[in-house]
Amino acid sequence: MSKRITCEGNEAAAWAVALARPDMVAVYPITPQSSLAEHISQFVADGIIKADLVDVEGEHSVLSVLQGACLAGARTFTASCGQGLAFMFEPYFRTPPLRLPMVMSIVTRDGISPQCIWGGQQDAMTVREVGWIHMFCENNQEILDTLVMAFKIAEHRDVLLPVNVDHDGNYLSYSVETVEIPDQDKVDAFLGVKNTNWHAALDPDRPMAVDPLTGGAGGPGPAIFVRYRKGHCKAMQNAIRVITEVHEEWGRAFGRYHAPLVEEYRLEGADYAIVTIGSMAGAGKDAVDVARQDGEKVGLIKIKTFRPFPLQAVCEALSKVRAVGVVDRSVSFGWNSGPVYQEFQTAQYWLEERIPAVSFIGGLAGSDLTLKHFQRVIETTGRAFRGEVFREPIWLNEKDA
Amino acid sequence: MRKQSRKPFDRSTIPDDLCPIATEGFLLRTGDWRAERPVVDRDKCVKCATCWMYCPTQCVVEKPKWFEANLDVCKGCGVCAQECPRHAITMIEEAEV
Repeated sequence: MSKRITCEGNEAAAWAVALARPDMVAVYPITPQSSLAEHISQFVADGIIKADLVDVEGEHSVLSVLQGACLAGARTFTASCGQGLAFMFEPYFRTPPLRLPMVMSIVTRDGISPQCIWGGQQDAMTVREVGWIHMFCENNQEILDTLVMAFKIAEHRDVLLPVNVDHDGNYLSYSVETVEIPDQDKVDAFLGVKNTNWHAALDPDRPMAVDPLTGGAGGPGPAIFVRYRKGHCKAMQNAIRVITEVHEEWGRAFGRYHAPLVEEYRLEGADYAIVTIGSMAGAGKDAVDVARQDGEKVGLIKIKTFRPFPLQAVCEALSKVRAVGVVDRSVSFGWNSGPVYQEFQTAQYWLEERIPAVSFIGGLAGSDLTLKHFQRVIETTGRAFRGEVFREPIWLNEKDA
Repeated sequence: MRKQSRKPFDRSTIPDDLCPIATEGFLLRTGDWRAERPVVDRDKCVKCATCWMYCPTQCVVEKPKWFEANLDVCKGCGVCAQECPRHAITMIEEAEV
């Protein structure tokens, strides 16, 4: 029987890991992920998770250990963020091209410096181009459901890629909500038989060299290298279909239908829309409801899957409105805007008509994005819809609380 | 070297654009990279095996009365010449081809 418990986001994530029955978990604690590591350790100690829990000396070892485990056929999980993710970068880049179907939570945290242990999405956004799948969650139930689905997506034969499930540090990691923990038998049936190393294995019965030297001018190396790169890109595109299918299957099995790629909220008849990613969608939707009551025709576009970028779904949503305001919880230093804004501008190339767009940056370093912030976002985007031009990003926490 | 007793994994069973694995060896001729070659003075060599121990590519081979580098593999780094206690090894520039 499924049961309902009231817990913080990090514990919801740990319950999802328990449901997926991993064989090996390695985690190194780092704020705001630490309580996730604690919950998993407790579950292993209590026998709720029957996995090898590896005590490692740092995040670089975390992912290196799990790569070996994955190649030996294990289902694996880890979680990190911020500086831990930075320290993990070398094996982090190696994991997707080796096509190891790992699942990892990023409990997002802002970038250092300035020294900061609080929420922000700078860590996850900074690694967006490394070839992992990235799905951002809005609430604790979505964390739990998405993490279980992540194992199925990662291990799907047309995908075979590691998946990051990102949830906001502070705002989801420590937020307490009631979540439903589905029945273990139903999750077992949903996930099916695991086989994580049919394609690359550390197995004496199937001797092979994994990750041999590939490249160098004058030989066959570069062409082989390109073949793998193209295969990786193809798998990312396959993931768009697989993520959609798995979310539908989850809805049928458990009755909760989450938007797999992009959620359209009150876009019908909207003049313009605001765009959110992660937990801020809650306050954003409330602000849209309030504005709608006041007769303002505004909707909301929520990004769930950011990698692979759901180009078609974004274009479909954008084609329904005539101006857009994009709220980022991180910075693209090279573009003087937020990364989601930047990618929405790229997506606009495929629209028949370009629409005005405004970049908002807020919620950095643990600051909240409140109803008041989103009312400012809606008011400003409304002005853009009526013809005002905004060339600079708008920094939300600079002025209003 | 122990002979491979098992059949190599049949890689045709998986897509060839999936991930980098290899089921057969491909020997790099690292000797092609060499700018200088070690030349051993056979009269000075006392077969102490210092060069054999230090060679980063482990390419030094034992002859009846001396040691010398396998030039298919030797990259010409010169570590052996530096370490030889009898100064029996000289690095000579490879002639232009």
